[in-house]
Amino acid sequence: MGMSFLPFFEQLSESSWSVALHESEIAYSLIESFHVWSMCLFFGMTVMFDLRLLGWTMRKVPVSEVIRRLQPWTILGFVLMVLSGTLLFYAIPLRSYQNIFFRTKMLLMLLAGLNVLIFHARVFPSVAKWDADATPPKAARAAGTLSLVLWVGIIFSGRMIAYNWFDCDRQPQAAIINFLTSCLPTE
Amino acid sequence: MDLLPFFQWCYATPIGEGIRNSTWLFPVIEAFHLLGLGLTAGAVLVVDLRLLGAGLRKQSAAQLWANTQPWLIGSVTLMFASGIPLFLSESIKCLYSFAFWVKMSSLLLALLFTFTFLRRVTQMDPASDRGLSGRVTALISLVLWFGVAWGGRWIGFS
Repeated sequence: MGMSFLPFFEQLSESSWSVALHESEIAYSLIESFHVWSMCLFFGMTVMFDLRLLGWTMRKVPVSEVIRRLQPWTILGFVLMVLSGTLLFYAIPLRSYQNIFFRTKMLLMLLAGLNVLIFHARVFPSVAKWDADATPPKAARAAGTLSLVLWVGIIFSGRMIAYNWFDCDRQPQAAIINFLTSCLPTE
Repeated sequence: MDLLPFFQWCYATPIGEGIRNSTWLFPVIEAFHLLGLGLTAGAVLVVDLRLLGAGLRKQSAAQLWANTQPWLIGSVTLMFASGIPLFLSESIKCLYSFAFWVKMSSLLLALLFTFTFLRRVTQMDPASDRGLSGRVTALISLVLWFGVAWGGRWIGFS
């Protein structure tokens, strides 16, 4: 699974900037704090919008109004999150790449992105018909629920990346774990 | 005032010990705690952005406050419910952690400020823009919650 990337990340983890970032306790901690703050901005805005789609908050505010006013902040939070997240990855490339929680997180993010695309292509175009509804139609509620579930999963798996339970250098691991982490344990 | 005996007592509670003896409990409770933080941020930001003249500008601050308040109370409850067990598991470390005291002071001030002063500002004449007083109120609120998040993350680095 993704074997061809291994040498690349191995090389990346030996680059001087990566080592410097990894070894600078203060820089790494600051970037990680920044990642949490930008997560607060992004996730906070996303949750409030999802809850509106479910009809659980701001029921009198038109859905299109919520999306139009909050989206710039959501995007800002997302950009900051990706930038700080990329730096965090760059500080520990190989271990992160092989980390099962990192992989889970990336997969869930892909699904969350897909959910956004489907929502904008299939659900949102008809918003004029249900914009003022306190409880939006089923398809909108489904998109909101899916988004909430996925982002909760992303926060959970993101938090778990810090733990080394399934790391490659902790053998023996179950064969399925080694497969999922592209790990080739040396006997 | 000597706090050590109390923090030692916290440390020795069955909950604290149970979390320390488990591999999974601390990370899982911590993830719930993070979730609570994100949700709190959402509820706080909707109102603060409005007071700053951004975000949902067409709605009154009073309405947004009323809409988000249950979620704020719910998320703060989640943060206490997950934060207290985390504290019990490492209370002695917290006693000597500067970040812990920054966080607790910010949290106390943030909660007091939000449910007294900020709430009152949102209830003022709903038709008028809140202007300078609203902006200052929102900035203070953001700084205080920022302190809570910063202190909280930094407890883990010490």
